[in-house]
Amino acid sequence: MYNFDFVKPSTVEEAVAALADDEAQPLSGGQTLIPTMKQRLNAPETLVSLLGIEALKGVTVGGDRVTIGAATTHATVAREVAEAYPALAALAGNIGDPAVRNRGTIGGSLANNDPAACYPAAALASGATVVTNRREIPADEYFEGMFATALEEGEIITRVTFPIPEAAAYVKFEQPASRFALAGVFVAKFAGGVRVAITGASEEGVFRWSEAEEALSGNFSAGAVSALSLDADGMMADLHGSAEYRAHLAKVLTGRAVTAAG
Amino acid sequence: MPKDGIGASVKRREDLRFLTGTGRYTDDINLRGQAHVHFLRADVAHATLNAVDTSAAAEMPGVLRIFTAKDFEGVGGLPCGWQVTDKHGQPMQEPKHPILAEGKIRHVGEIVAAVVAETLEQARDAAEAIELDTEDLPAVIDMKQAVAEGAPKVHDELTSNLCYDWGFVEENKAAVEEAFANAAHVTTLELVNNRLVANPMEPRVAIGDYALHDDSSTLYTTSQNPHVIRLLMGAFVLGIPEHKLRVVAPDVGGGFGTKIFHYAEEAFCTFAAKQLRRPVKWTSTRSEAFISDAHGRDHVTKIQLALDADNNFTALRTDTYANMGAYLSTFAPSVPTWLHGTLMAGNYRTPLIYVNVKAVFTNTVPVDAYRGAGRPEATFQLERVVDKAARELGVDPAELRRQNFIRKDQFPYATPVAVEYDTGDYEATLDKAMQMAGYAGFETRRAASAAKGKLRGIGLSHYIEACGIAPSNLVGQLGARAGLYESATVRVNATGGLVVMTGSHSHGQGHETSFPQVVADMIGISPDQVEIVHGDTANTPMGMGTYGSRSIAVGGSAMVRATEKIIAKAKKIAAHLMEASEADIELKDGAFSVAGTDKSVAWGDVTLAAYVPHNYPLDDIEPGLEETAFYDPANFTYPSGCYICEVEVDPDTGRVEVQSFAAADDFGNVINPMIVEGQVQGGVGQGIGQALLENCVYDADGQLLSASYMDYAMPRASDLPMIDVDHSCQTPCTHNPLGVKGCGEAGAIGSPPALVNAVIDALQRDGKSVSHIDMPLSPARVWAAMNA
Repeated sequence: MYNFDFVKPSTVEEAVAALADDEAQPLSGGQTLIPTMKQRLNAPETLVSLLGIEALKGVTVGGDRVTIGAATTHATVAREVAEAYPALAALAGNIGDPAVRNRGTIGGSLANNDPAACYPAAALASGATVVTNRREIPADEYFEGMFATALEEGEIITRVTFPIPEAAAYVKFEQPASRFALAGVFVAKFAGGVRVAITGASEEGVFRWSEAEEALSGNFSAGAVSALSLDADGMMADLHGSAEYRAHLAKVLTGRAVTAAG
Repeated sequence: MPKDGIGASVKRREDLRFLTGTGRYTDDINLRGQAHVHFLRADVAHATLNAVDTSAAAEMPGVLRIFTAKDFEGVGGLPCGWQVTDKHGQPMQEPKHPILAEGKIRHVGEIVAAVVAETLEQARDAAEAIELDTEDLPAVIDMKQAVAEGAPKVHDELTSNLCYDWGFVEENKAAVEEAFANAAHVTTLELVNNRLVANPMEPRVAIGDYALHDDSSTLYTTSQNPHVIRLLMGAFVLGIPEHKLRVVAPDVGGGFGTKIFHYAEEAFCTFAAKQLRRPVKWTSTRSEAFISDAHGRDHVTKIQLALDADNNFTALRTDTYANMGAYLSTFAPSVPTWLHGTLMAGNYRTPLIYVNVKAVFTNTVPVDAYRGAGRPEATFQLERVVDKAARELGVDPAELRRQNFIRKDQFPYATPVAVEYDTGDYEATLDKAMQMAGYAGFETRRAASAAKGKLRGIGLSHYIEACGIAPSNLVGQLGARAGLYESATVRVNATGGLVVMTGSHSHGQGHETSFPQVVADMIGISPDQVEIVHGDTANTPMGMGTYGSRSIAVGGSAMVRATEKIIAKAKKIAAHLMEASEADIELKDGAFSVAGTDKSVAWGDVTLAAYVPHNYPLDDIEPGLEETAFYDPANFTYPSGCYICEVEVDPDTGRVEVQSFAAADDFGNVINPMIVEGQVQGGVGQGIGQALLENCVYDADGQLLSASYMDYAMPRASDLPMIDVDHSCQTPCTHNPLGVKGCGEAGAIGSPPALVNAVIDALQRDGKSVSHIDMPLSPARVWAAMNA
């Protein structure tokens, strides 16, 4: 790790001011950033911790939606959302290990947009809204490919609002080594239709499987997707699975998520 | 059941410090004034190394000195401890293994320069300012391509990348060919024994220290065999006589073989400490461990089994390419040859066997012994091909094995591959494992799995290993450049307590608990009165260390011999004290008595007399009570056993879940059953790791793709079933005093084929024509095989 300066502002405004420096990076849990810094693969001059900003923390359940502060840890979400949105809580409770869940935050995960992360699938399938210090971004417009998001320079996530579906489930198939998603599927059934988001599989990061959504909106059962197939083109391929395998897995997991959602 | 002697499950006394974080590992040692070294390691697999410019780096803050290969002119290379002779009678090709890369880079991770600085961060900063003048060369990664005509050479001074082409037993080759020509059935299997990274929990550490006042050097290191390191490094690398060199291996957090070998970092720290007159410390990062610890396995094999019309095995032949990596690690050449070819008979009466092994240099990290070392590779191919034969012939795999077993009345049994098994009862462990596994009730469980949409399979393997390594005169003939005896000094204190100084080394095996059980049992005192000292060349007799499941069989035997000497002398003293004839003295429950009388003296009275010899036969015997023994075994020991594994395969994802695992081992006599069970369970865990998860993968350019835990899958508790262990089938070893065989590697040897056989069984029962899947049986691989 190289030397760096560390600041821990207590307001969003102070954080944005600190991040105006080109060499500054936000820190919101650091479960990706810190390991890369330790390996000297990343060398910010200043780390701006967002964890001192109380306004970014906590869970609010109101009516048909759950709002989660960006600096809320996975462990907190797993605990406090369990009643209002069990599928989301279960997802948060199965990210990484206890150490990761007690440091990592939802804002950090969504800002990083790792193509194998869990939260992007929940946000996209739920039709969540990513709220920043500047604007509100619908999930459909937020994810722009592997490690790419709609966030601009100096823009930080403040909270994420999830509409609560009638039924939902997330099924993750773990990559054997990292235990990230080799493929993960979040299915959410709303009055207006079903949304299906797939993480871990595509070279473009999280994506919606519209064909499955259509089929499931008409018939919310695993059988509805059994005849469908995902194109292997554009799927990731590595030591742990070919593109064909990931495409197949995503389909299998979609059916299982539907069954789990009940 | 004995309370705390031989055969008792005494709780491990060392666990108090390990579980409370008070163990003292090498990294816990910090010497006054120590400097830190960071090694600049090659990030390409194969390149010329034209120049290393350290001028800018040397000016960086805190830098004490930067070392390159030039500083090691006149210093030897890392020695190889075993010379294999090829099938033409020629010695293997043995290139120099320099401490720092000389003129050429041969694998990712090879040390190019070493920066010693006041702090580790300063050393790392300075290393980034070193300029390398290199020219990339095509990497040699695939073994078959490496030995093809015109392949680039890893070592320009060698004739090719072929280290040796070994044939065993060469004289049998023609007869084996003839048997195959006459066979009623031939089963052929091509397979890969996947390359592994050992990944002990504690990474390697080395601290060099130099004392000007007596011109002596000390190396603190994470080693399984400190005396071996002292000998190799002192005599062959740095030219330090043994009386001026001390090697200390304190608590070591797992070795699994990869801490046997003498590594460049150890020699570097010892050398640099003397140059700088400062202690020099290195602690491997996990990332460094992946590219600098010796790897394991990495064989590519074609095996064929010939059977007659009655399903008797008539011949076996096997051709293996064994990866040596870029250099010969300490015992690398012996692993695919003498620790592998000699086990190809397995548990069977196969009369004719021919083993060919081509050892190959590639631009990869050196490969050497890893838990089992050659024996897992032998067992895997043999137990896979036997299983495949049974399936091809439509017979029960258990019964085909039973039919071909060496029968218990045939011991001692000389195999066609040069070893003689002293004892065994293979049907006993087969029957025991089948009973433990509920073999007969499998169909019910299969139906239950099928109802859940899962494919269930059952697989078994029967292993034999050669442990208790090893008879020195025999291994000397086979090319070992070391003896493989073990030593013990038993020091009895005046008040009756004992200290046993052993050449064995404990890095998880529990010697501090099990060794005292033996000594205490012999004398009839509490194990609490016995302390074990190991791991420091300054206070233990010259010993060869711990590997090859040798410690209780060889080190324990040395301890027995030394204790016998102690008892013999103590009886003389007791006879004097009781004015009786020495021949009439009996030792029982810690007291000496005169046979047929009520005369008795306690153990403590005798030990006190030995050190306060006021009433003592000084004309006949010396005062004091301390004895040393060196024990050189007459033969290997041959633990064996049967492992049965049941799996469920998810047909939609290819995911394999191990449902149950039964291990019936014959370890001969057992000193501490609890420790033995732990050793087996740990070994099975590693074997399941190899079979399901672990895979060390290079790309064609020699970059390690599985270079961290993000891509190298270690087994976790959730991947393992409850492992049912039994060691009640005991045919004691006939040639060591304890009748023990050793248990450290069995689990890792026997488990991979059982698991793979179970998966193949599950798929074939489902009608899939899958006859083999290479390890690890990852979900993607199993799914691909099912859908091929």
